[in-house]
Parts: sequence; structure tokens; C-alpha cells
Amino acid sequence: MDSEWVIDAQGLEKSYGSGASRFDALKGVSVQIAPGETVAIVGKSGSGKSTLMHLLALLDEPDQGTLQVAGHDAKSLSKRAVNELRNKEFGFVFQQFFLTPNVSVLDNVILPLKIAGMGSKERRRRGMEVLEQLELADKAGNKATTLSGGQKQRVVIGRALVNAPRVIFADEPTGNLDTATGAVVEDILFELNRSQGITLVIVTHDEDLAARCDRQIYIRDGLVVSQTTSTHTGSTHTGAHAQATPEALTTAGGAA
Amino acid sequence: MRTKDLVATAISNTFRSKLRTTLTVLAIFVGAFTLTLTNAVGAGVSQYVDAQVGALGSPDVFIITQANDATAAGDGPVKYDAGSSASVSSQQGPPGTTTKALTDTDLTKIGDTAGIVSVDPIRAVQPDYIEYGTGSQYEFSINATSAVTTADLTAGAQLDGSASEAQLVLPDTFVTPLGFASADDAVGASVSIGITDILGEQHTVNATVVGVSLESLLAAGAGANDALIAELADAQSGGIETAVTSYGVAVAHFDTALSADSVTALKADLATAGYTASTIEDQLGAVQTVINGIVGVLNAFAVIALIAAAFGIINTLLMSVQERTREIGLMKAMGMSGGKVYTLFSLEAIVIGFLGSAIGAGVAIGLGSALSAVLSKGLLSGLPGLNILLFEPTSVAFVILLVMLIAFLSGTLPAQRAARQNPIESLRYE
Repeated sequence: MDSEWVIDAQGLEKSYGSGASRFDALKGVSVQIAPGETVAIVGKSGSGKSTLMHLLALLDEPDQGTLQVAGHDAKSLSKRAVNELRNKEFGFVFQQFFLTPNVSVLDNVILPLKIAGMGSKERRRRGMEVLEQLELADKAGNKATTLSGGQKQRVVIGRALVNAPRVIFADEPTGNLDTATGAVVEDILFELNRSQGITLVIVTHDEDLAARCDRQIYIRDGLVVSQTTSTHTGSTHTGAHAQATPEALTTAGGAA
Repeated sequence: MRTKDLVATAISNTFRSKLRTTLTVLAIFVGAFTLTLTNAVGAGVSQYVDAQVGALGSPDVFIITQANDATAAGDGPVKYDAGSSASVSSQQGPPGTTTKALTDTDLTKIGDTAGIVSVDPIRAVQPDYIEYGTGSQYEFSINATSAVTTADLTAGAQLDGSASEAQLVLPDTFVTPLGFASADDAVGASVSIGITDILGEQHTVNATVVGVSLESLLAAGAGANDALIAELADAQSGGIETAVTSYGVAVAHFDTALSADSVTALKADLATAGYTASTIEDQLGAVQTVINGIVGVLNAFAVIALIAAAFGIINTLLMSVQERTREIGLMKAMGMSGGKVYTLFSLEAIVIGFLGSAIGAGVAIGLGSALSAVLSKGLLSGLPGLNILLFEPTSVAFVILLVMLIAFLSGTLPAQRAARQNPIESLRYE
């Protein structure tokens, strides 16, 4: 069953606007994402990498091409089924935190469960479990606005994780963080992949982050220019990261 | 999302921007406050008028007089007729107005009209004083129509028309002066009524107090049953039968089963026969129409205030949708349906409406009750039994529901805007 849970995109095209202002974000992209994989979608801003992620995450519909999720054609799914799929199987981490201010950390984390209609006791239990896992249990009652950037991104990961998703989509998950906290967040994401088998789809322009993934899909001007596969295994992740740190510092600094 | 969670989220969202919510609630407050008060005035005055109508007579009663043709100008003098030309002083029209009297022949004629069950002349009696035990004597008057009316009682029971015992319903202003400890104390007591006959001789008639009534605006004096009136009338006439018995007014009972149309037809029949018949409702209809008109105008002002408040709700929620664009986008990305987003914002509108109307109605009831109590002791003390502000639970609930409905309708536009948002666009929104 798990092995069939593949996201298979064929010839995706997507454009915005019309006439002279028409912008073709994707011009026929085909990718497959297998369960348990970590995939980096790498490209410069405007390359169409975010659009690709939005299409894969069923946040948007392609103009052309087909998208199959677990063997179902996305077009044939009802709105309700798509909502349920995103709610139950997907988790989202965005570059910006999108935390609800003046609401407690716990309430922010359990938002997907609330939307799913889970009972308040159960979602509280599940929320605390996730916060403990992310070492934020002592902040559960704090307002989200009182946290540091790294803590906020951990809350965001907690929110993506709370519904026990199959796939976490992360759009520049470390883009807003300094290198040290960014590295911690990366470690958490890859640890989740290793221990829970959660598929990671990471959109980034950070080569070092991309290198930690099993596979890299390079996008330029709406087309896949190359795909590479890393040879490292899960056990080498930490080592690779330790070596990459000085480089990562300069890269992150340059990007910022 | 469960309904319970939606409501809880809507309530907590409402309090996120406290100042904005407070100001919007304040606008609704003004409308709901005014509407609650005007409704209360309407209800209070209506109740008072109803009580007065009850004091004046039963619903199945006509007050019958001769059709007043004496004042018709241009017809020249009317020929004298010994059988019908007696005049009596009338309470209708300016002081000193006389109407043609009703004679026994008239009464028979009225009684024979189809639809009339019984007809009784009103015999006016003018007692001199009332006295309890050996206490002081007080000037006293009896309401001639009291036998057919329902008194606004504070203690005791209504008059029993068929009783042979002489019964009296005492106005409550007499209770303390006559030496009773309370209204209940007066019930069952025997009082004596002094009356002077046409020859100047004074008689005393005893009567039992069966009830104590609030003084009425439209029917002054004590109530007496048929037995007491007959006894007083006999004492007043001094045993002398006047040659022509004539009465200013007669009271006719009509069949209670008659429809409103039949009553109108019956009135027309009596008018053709030369009598003016009017029900109590006819006499008070004009008053009630004026009061309803005033209350209607006041209500219209309150509704205008509410419409202004509705724009406040629209504005507040539009700002809220704008501010929370990314939050809405996030919730939609996480699988919340447009319908649920719509419900969430509609509920926020309803919560604001409920807050404004509940506080408005609550303050109106609190202030109004205090004001009503002060007024009835001061400015309106001359109208006992008048509760100028009467808060009926149903009308207060209606006001609250109406405001919530207006709030819901106002929330429609912002809620639709929120529901239609595209998650990606919203998440990109800076």
C-alpha cells in the first residue's frame, strides 16, 4: 500500500495572466515522487519551483498535464476529497511562519486537527505529543508571537506533523532562519523522514540543503534541466551536515 | 471543522481586535437599546389601554344613546313629542351638552333587535359619602357602568351581577383613609353609603366590599353591582315614580358568538332605528391607533440606527478578512473548505450582533425598569397601573434575533470574500 503512494506528474503546464502579461511558470514538467523519498526542487526565484510544489500539493490545478496521487487522477477528485487529502496526508512548511498571533503554541499546532474535526481531548493529546517530540512542550501555553524564529519554525513543523502526514511540503523552510537554527530545523525534517518514513518535498535555492536530499530536481524557466541522485545514505546525514557547515554559512549569507 | 469548534473560534476571533469589535458592538448597542425601549413603551401603553378597556366594559357590550340630531343645523326646530323628547345631560361633547334621552319604549325596541341579548338602562346614582364603622365620612361616587365592567383589581374579586347582596368594589385610594390596614383587609368588610333622596332626606345603605381596584383613567368611581345600584336608586327616588322614566345611556349585551362583520351590521341596524351604538373598542380605537403610530415611528428610527450599524459590521469584517488573508489561505491550504470559511466569518458577524443586541437589550431593561419605577411614582403617578415600559420576554428575544439576522446578512459579503480566496494567492499576500 505504502509503496503505491506515489505522486506522479506528467507534462505539467501552468501559466498566469493572459496576453502580453502572460507568464508561463511551468512548460511541461514531469516528476515522480516515491514514498519515503526526500526530494529537493531547486531553482532560482521565478524558475517555477514554487508553482511546481503548489501543483504537487494540490493547492492549484495545472493548465495541462496530469497528476496522479496514489493512483487517483487529481482532476477526478472532488473538491471535498482534495481538501481531505491535503488535510490528512499532507503537511506544509512555508518560508513565512503563518502562525496565528495571540493564540497559544498548542492551538497553532493543532489547527489541522481542528479543521479535520477531531475531538478536543484527542487533538490536545496529539498536539502535546508533537510538541514534546520537538522539545517545545514547555512553550505549549505561550503565545506564538513570544517565540524566537527557530522556535516558530519548529512550531510550524509541529503543525505540519500533527496530522501524521505521508508527505511534508516545505517551501524554503530555512529561508527565514540564521544558519545555526536553519540547520536544527533541517535536522528535524530529515530525522522525521528517517524515523517515520515521511516523504519530504523541499523547495529551495540552497544547494547544501538540496544536497542532503536523496534526489534533486533542478528547474529553470519552467522546465526540468537536470535530476541528480545523492549517493549518501541516511546514516551519513549528520556527518555530511557537519562538513557542510562552513560552506552553508557562506551560501546562506550570500542568499540573504 | 466541528460546529462547536467553529463557534468557539468565531468567538475568540471576535475578541482579537478588541477596540474595533467594541466600536461595532457599540453601534449595534444603540439600535438594539432603542428598539427594546420603543417596543417596551408600545407594550406598556397597550397593556394599560387593555386594562382600561376592561375597566370600561366587556367586549360583548354596546353603549347605546339616542342618535344626536338636536344639533343638526339647517333642519329647523324639531317638533315636540311627549314620548321621546326628554333630554338628559350628557358626558359626551362639551360640558352642558344634552342628548335626547332613551325611554322604556326605546329600550324595548332595542331589546327586540335581532342579535341583542339584553339591554339595561344605566341608572345614575349620586351617593353623598362612604363610611366604615365609626370613621370619617368621605365624598364618594359610583361608576354607573361598573356592573358590566371588569375592574383592574389589586385584591378581592369582581362584582357578582346576579348576587342579591349589595356589593362594592372600592378604589384603592379609599383603603387607608377609611381605616383599613391593607387592600386585603378591606375585602369582606361592610361599609355604609350615605345618599340624599329627591326630597332632601338622607338614607344609609350598607354594602360589602368584594374587591379593591386601581383607579382607572376612563371610568372613575367605585364599582357597584345591580343589587346595590337598585337599592341606592330606590333610596334616591324617595319612593316617588317620575312620570317619564328616561335614561341617558343604556348598555346592551350582544351575542358573543357574533363575528366582527355581524357586529358592524348590528350597529348599522341600530343606527337605522335611530340609536348610536358603540363598543368599548370603538371608543378606544382612536387612542390605540395614535399610540401605535408613535411607537411605529420610534421603531423606524431604531431600525435606521440598526441599518447604520450593519454597515459598521460589514466594514469591520472586511477589515478583518483583509488582515487575516494569510490565515484564511493557510486554513484553506490545510484542507478547510470554502463553506466552512464562510460559516466562520458569518458566525463572527452573528457573535458581534449578539453581543451588541444582548448588551443593548440588557441595559435597556435595567435602565428602563428603573426609569419606569421613578416615573410611575412621579410624573405618571396620576395614572395608576400604567407601566410605561413593559419588557416582554418574547419581544426582547425578537429584537435580539432580529439584530442577529441583520448581522448575519451584513456578514454575507465579507464572508463570501473570505470563502472565495485562493489559498496560494492568500499565502503570497504581503
